[in-house]
Amino acid sequence: MITSAGLVDHSDHEKLVISQLVRWHFLAALLFLTISMLAGILMALQLVHWNPLNGIELLAAGRWRMIHTNAVAYGFLANAFLGALHWSVPRLTLRPVASKLVSYFIFYAWQAVVLATAVGIIVGPSFQTAGWVADLSRQWGIAFSLGAQGLEWGETPFWVDPIALVGLALVAYNFMIPISKSNTPMYVTLWYFIAAFVWTFLTYAMGNLLPEYTVSGANAGAIGGLFIHDLVGLFVTPLGWGLMYYFVPILLKKPIWSHGLSLVGFWGLAFFYPLNGIHHFLYTPIPMFLQYGAVVATVAVELVVTTVIVNFVGTLWGEGKTFVTNLPIRYFYTGMIMYFITCTQCAMQVTLTFQKLIHFTDWVVGHAHLVMFGVFSLWIFGMMTYLFPRVLQRQWYSSNLAEWHYWLSTIGVGIMALDLILGGLFQGYYWASLQPWDVSVNGSQPFWITRVFAGLMMFGGLLCFLYNLWMTYRSPVTAPVPVEQPVAKAAT
Amino acid sequence: MFESKSGILWVGGLGFFAFAFLSNGLLPMLMVTEPEKTAEQMVNSNVMYQFEELSRRYPESFAEHVGEPTEQRCADMLRLGRQIYIGEGCWHCHSQFVRPVSNESQRWGKVAFPEEFHNELQRPVMFGTRRVGPDLSREGGRRGNDWQAVHLFKPKMVSSDSVMPEYPWFFDGSPDKPNLRGFAVITYIQWLGSWLESYPYYEELDELQQAEDY
Repeated sequence: MITSAGLVDHSDHEKLVISQLVRWHFLAALLFLTISMLAGILMALQLVHWNPLNGIELLAAGRWRMIHTNAVAYGFLANAFLGALHWSVPRLTLRPVASKLVSYFIFYAWQAVVLATAVGIIVGPSFQTAGWVADLSRQWGIAFSLGAQGLEWGETPFWVDPIALVGLALVAYNFMIPISKSNTPMYVTLWYFIAAFVWTFLTYAMGNLLPEYTVSGANAGAIGGLFIHDLVGLFVTPLGWGLMYYFVPILLKKPIWSHGLSLVGFWGLAFFYPLNGIHHFLYTPIPMFLQYGAVVATVAVELVVTTVIVNFVGTLWGEGKTFVTNLPIRYFYTGMIMYFITCTQCAMQVTLTFQKLIHFTDWVVGHAHLVMFGVFSLWIFGMMTYLFPRVLQRQWYSSNLAEWHYWLSTIGVGIMALDLILGGLFQGYYWASLQPWDVSVNGSQPFWITRVFAGLMMFGGLLCFLYNLWMTYRSPVTAPVPVEQPVAKAAT
Repeated sequence: MFESKSGILWVGGLGFFAFAFLSNGLLPMLMVTEPEKTAEQMVNSNVMYQFEELSRRYPESFAEHVGEPTEQRCADMLRLGRQIYIGEGCWHCHSQFVRPVSNESQRWGKVAFPEEFHNELQRPVMFGTRRVGPDLSREGGRRGNDWQAVHLFKPKMVSSDSVMPEYPWFFDGSPDKPNLRGFAVITYIQWLGSWLESYPYYEELDELQQAEDY
């Protein structure tokens, strides 16, 4: 509601937000994160010869490794983002979502999608030998796979894909309606959200339909590369940054430092990020001009990222002590530091020179954990730390446990990333020097053992958080926790 | 345009995505002109040799689960084997392309070339993402069916330092009794690289041969 003086009146925010859904989505996110981390620990134990469940079909490390990645993307990140969208979009547009019914439907449908994916990946391969599967596969000429499909993050079984697409379309509809109807200033956050709704749907459709059903071979691998990369770059990244543009100014009670840099950051990402995908497949038979193009576009993205980081450092400037005193702000800026590190790393590792050595090694795995956990998970932990007291009407049970969560997560992922990046260099040299394969496996053991303990640290942090949340739930309702309001530097 | 809803939606959201898709996705797809080969067309004498060897080596299990070692059954096994290779997540630890760098052609053989991927069994392509275990695109014929069976049943039996998970569910209780899944996966592995003239490709480096005990 905009008053005659042009000031935004925030008194009716509470009525616009379905805080129950924020809570539900966050709890679902934490459930899937727990499952995902357990799956990761299982795979880590497998690599150091300590897997106690080796040889049990439904607990096969290979299948649970896919649960690890898919539960993070679709169970944890998607749910956490949906919760945060339910909190922020109505506040930014001063309008409720298009339909509460659709919101609740999305909640249930999305959990069904994630669970169906998990069931498909775990149980599907056990039924692959049924005669009718082979018959259908031959008849239709498609890979009729009950379990995982052969594309990273696109493992979602083919029979889940249409439902997931309907879900994503509904998400876009539900949040685009309030955005399109709103007359409030277009915050930077909303630029990212609008783009993310379009991109996520298109990316999912592209990656889950084209590589499986259209063209085979190396060149179609290019599509796979686009999908893997776009899922990070066009789904996770814009929603993550959009929420940073929302929460950081609110918590610091000041506007973003430079509107111009915000524009550079958004449009730079929008143009260059979709052109990056093929850099996942350097030195494959994909035509070299495409590989070079992807490398150049990737380096360009890193320049754009620098402008965004500068903008956020500029915003924090003068308020540096909040980095120490305010836990959500500390989560956000720790994530940004790690983002800058990963992106700098990316600008180097994407070159053909680096790729010679590090492709296929644990360097890449370290990089992936630094991005997915070090950046986006920390951001989400920050949002949850800030929002749970506000949707539960209770203060945190223990700020000590919240601190433990931060430090175990941050130090854990720091150790894991450094460890795997270093291990990756060793592996690359072992291979290039043509020593027997076992030498590279045995030489990796110190790094893999360290990784187990780093993972256990991160999991310990999560357990602190979950226990803290449980005790907060059980404590009596206190006075409503005040919600800070957006600070608008009205641009339009 | 830069801050308007329609500009962001049409130019940033749809336009830039479409540009990237056309230039980085559709263009390479259109460069493929020859028709995709089917699994039947990918069956060759090398993989048939291994397939028939399986039927002689494990006659009872083979007759029970697979039937006759015909070319059509071999193609069926390749399709099924690939599905199991994907479903069990083999491709998360084994790649399927030999790079022209890092001495890979010395370790594995001929560098990957586009034509070898233009078939039904590479849709989507199994380039892989990580090499915990070695590349498999030149694995066919490198080791015997017996070795593959025992290795799948319990990798440490033949490779003591291996970190590969065990797959006892590919067998009826012991490594000399593969079931349908076991036959399919072994056939698929023996097919990888079977289209090359140099099949089976053995390591050129003597030290490597001794160390890996071929």
